[in-house]
Amino acid sequence: MAKRHFDIKAQPGFAFLAMFTFAALYLPIATLVAYAFNASDSVSIWGGFSLKWFVEAWNNSAVQDAAWRSLVVAFFAAAIATTAATMAAIATTRTEPYRGLSFKYAFINQPLMVPEIVTAVALLIVFSRIKVWTGYSGLGYLIIAHTAFCIPFAYLPIRARLESMDLTLERAAADLYATPWMAFRRVTLPLLRPGIIAGFMLAFVISLDDVVITEFVKSGGQDTLPTYMLGQIRRTVTPEVNAIATAFLALSVVLVTAFFFINRQKT
Amino acid sequence: MPEAKPSNTLSIMRMRLGSPQTSIWVQRMPEPTGADDKRIAIEARGIVKAFGQGPSALRALDNVSVSIRENEFFTLLGPSGCGKTTLLRLIAGFEYPTEGAILLHGDDIAGLPPFKRPINTVFQSYALFPHLTVWENVAFGLQMLGKSKADIEARVAVMLKLVHMEELAQRRTDQISGGQAQRVALARALAPSPKVLLLDEPLSALDYKLRKEMQIELKRMQNETGITFVFVTHDQEEALTMSDRIAVMSRGKVLQVGSPWDIYDKPADRFVADFIGETNFLKASVVSIENGVARVMLASGTEIVATIAEGFQPRDSVTVVVRPEHARAVQQGGQLSGSIENVVYFGTDTHIHIKLDSGELFTVRQQNSRTQSCGFKVGDRAGVEIAPDAAQVLRD
Amino acid sequence: MATAAETARQGETETIRRRWLLSAPALVIIFVAAVGPLFVMLAYSFMARGDYGDVKFGQFSLDGWFSVFFQRDIFDDTVTLADAHLSILWRSLRLSLITTVLTLILGFPTAYFIATRPRHTREIWVFLVTIPFWTNLLIRTFAMQQVIRNEGVINTLLRALGIIDQPLQIMYTDWAILFGMVYVYLPLMVLPLYASMEKLDFRLIEAGYDLYAGRLSVLWRIVIPLVKPGVIAGSILVFIPSLGAYVIPRVLGGGKNLMLGNLIEMQFGSGRNWPLGAAISITLMVLVMVALLFYVRNASKSGAQHG
Repeated sequence: MAKRHFDIKAQPGFAFLAMFTFAALYLPIATLVAYAFNASDSVSIWGGFSLKWFVEAWNNSAVQDAAWRSLVVAFFAAAIATTAATMAAIATTRTEPYRGLSFKYAFINQPLMVPEIVTAVALLIVFSRIKVWTGYSGLGYLIIAHTAFCIPFAYLPIRARLESMDLTLERAAADLYATPWMAFRRVTLPLLRPGIIAGFMLAFVISLDDVVITEFVKSGGQDTLPTYMLGQIRRTVTPEVNAIATAFLALSVVLVTAFFFINRQKT
Repeated sequence: MPEAKPSNTLSIMRMRLGSPQTSIWVQRMPEPTGADDKRIAIEARGIVKAFGQGPSALRALDNVSVSIRENEFFTLLGPSGCGKTTLLRLIAGFEYPTEGAILLHGDDIAGLPPFKRPINTVFQSYALFPHLTVWENVAFGLQMLGKSKADIEARVAVMLKLVHMEELAQRRTDQISGGQAQRVALARALAPSPKVLLLDEPLSALDYKLRKEMQIELKRMQNETGITFVFVTHDQEEALTMSDRIAVMSRGKVLQVGSPWDIYDKPADRFVADFIGETNFLKASVVSIENGVARVMLASGTEIVATIAEGFQPRDSVTVVVRPEHARAVQQGGQLSGSIENVVYFGTDTHIHIKLDSGELFTVRQQNSRTQSCGFKVGDRAGVEIAPDAAQVLRD
Repeated sequence: MATAAETARQGETETIRRRWLLSAPALVIIFVAAVGPLFVMLAYSFMARGDYGDVKFGQFSLDGWFSVFFQRDIFDDTVTLADAHLSILWRSLRLSLITTVLTLILGFPTAYFIATRPRHTREIWVFLVTIPFWTNLLIRTFAMQQVIRNEGVINTLLRALGIIDQPLQIMYTDWAILFGMVYVYLPLMVLPLYASMEKLDFRLIEAGYDLYAGRLSVLWRIVIPLVKPGVIAGSILVFIPSLGAYVIPRVLGGGKNLMLGNLIEMQFGSGRNWPLGAAISITLMVLVMVALLFYVRNASKSGAQHG
């Protein structure tokens, strides 16, 4: 009989539970994707493989509209958030503690600490009044609301990158006659780039995914893809929603994969 | 004859390009004559550097004054935390002194930011820019000075040649070895022809053999470029072999400045004697003083002769230092006596540890002879013979 | 010319001023669109409700806070505890706690499993957890709906196996919310757990076995104490969003099984009682703060132990 080696890292049942977890994580997503390719009109009966729901969703002007709006909001929110977060990260890292530093940390991370629904209704209260006062009800509200909760996400990888950066590199630049601005442009910024890109992508995904705050801040006719889907799910469920969700999912996977590889890059 | 390049405004040397036969640094400064020999490159005057404020402030440098001459290889030597790196950083401009002035050729530069000082640094970690190639690293300082493209290319080529890195010019800096990184760091710092080159323990990350090679290389480059090198190290052997002059530092103060020979042979105080090489310390009191030579009485009651500095009085209690290689263990006679505690064989020489009758420990180091051992066993009685002029009196 | 010391001091004040300027845009945006509105909401919770939503601006009233916990009978004005609100509060706390425990039971072995894989395959497992983590919460909730529906995967499977003939009604029950929350928040448990297990020095486990510990003692006396920061972080990361969950109970719980998030929404929608909604929101925030304080206290304690 073959002797079993004693594996010091093993724990009984752990591998099984882990496999169960991975199965549980992917089974629902797999189901959702499978039904997106269902030819039948019903979500419960399998009627063969078909792309018709994708075509339907693609040609649905409400979907097109919402998708475009999602991308616009996500792009502007991520861009502004990443810029603000980069500046804030530079201002809050690599320094002796100074007065107000921990206040800044707390402030920047505040959107992570408060349940989304609370922020959402608070924004509803304030923005609804501003909408009445100014008469403006455009996308600006969504963009600024998204920017606020994107900042901590963009800030995270940029700050991490800055903190792992060797301070002597900038000292070396100064030693070699680079003015502070040149040292920033030629040394700090290029080294920071992967962090900034990662921060932008995180912020973009976070904005794209948001349902709750968008639901409360949007004015009439300002559905984003997630709020559109929320509305659809409450009504009758057709595989069209599955198709939209699947496309959305694919986009997320692409972004996360890209993020994963950028973050692994060492310099 | 190739035309001489117009000299860099910051440069104190001239270079002639194009002729491979001639050395890269063809013409050094005109040979200094007489008084010029003493020209000061860098002077630190009454430097105090305190971290923190009020009475709890930590004085990393406490009223330090040093003058570093042109063209010399000057070493700041001391244990970690003695303030040597802080002094270097003040000269480079990464820190500002709390009090005092730093003069470069007579001008106070203590308030200037690092990018306005014609001084370059080789960092302990090298601090090569990881996003740039070897070539781009060396070119960085020249680009920041706004040199023309042609000048930069010529100068970088010369520098890469100086450090034997021409082949790897296009490598990224994370694709080269530690020894190569060290050379690039050196080339990068020398490229803008600084008036002073600061080296912050640049050899500490290298293994023993490479370190020995680089010591010789550094010395060669200092000779060829004629630039003032200020070298920081905690390794006394490194300091002794490379330096023209050494400043020994401890606890934020400069204890002694002098040539390696001065420092080793005429240590100014107990710390220096102890830090540089091995030393025996013996308690004694002064009996009489005459012409810089004193008779002192040791704890055993024996009187010996020792060199003494100014300012001692008879009956002062003092410490007498004797280097292990300046004493010999003998079967009979000698100024001291005791019993052998340990005999340690070191290949070229043998260390004999003797417990003196006064209770003090004394080590002698003697060369091994090819034919016989030192002739002592643990427990044997032995005498210690101190060479004439070998003993020196230090304040307690 | 200024002395070096003066230059240094001026430089320092200048640097700090620049650091404030640099952080200003982020701070202003967060103030305008996150922190500031919370204060406005606090003020609203002390105002009288408007007739068609909103508030009677500037008109002080404690009615909002009163009705978080109590209700007044319309006929005889007797004051009783607001059962509806308290039962929703209780359901939120209960479901969030159960979710935390369940994700821990599944997440701990999973994180341990990943941490004990060879280095190059580890990244792939982490990646597999990261994908659902970054997938839209709504999509994942919707995906769970497809599994637990009456015609969903579970019911179809059980019926095909002949275990049941009537579909199990999971949708629109507390079970559905629980399934959904465990599913959605599981990655939030696994990732911090893995982060602290990755740093685990497995020589300590060897030392444990060397000193006669069995598998269970090694797990209980060595592994768990060492990864405690990860356990606490994961639990907080799951508990807090569970408590404030809104989408999951709305989609899976139907209209009947509300959690605090839905109760808040109701006050701003059909309930038209903004002061009450604001007061409940602040109550929810206070609960979250308490959980966070607990975390900070424990994190600093275990930090000190290992520091």
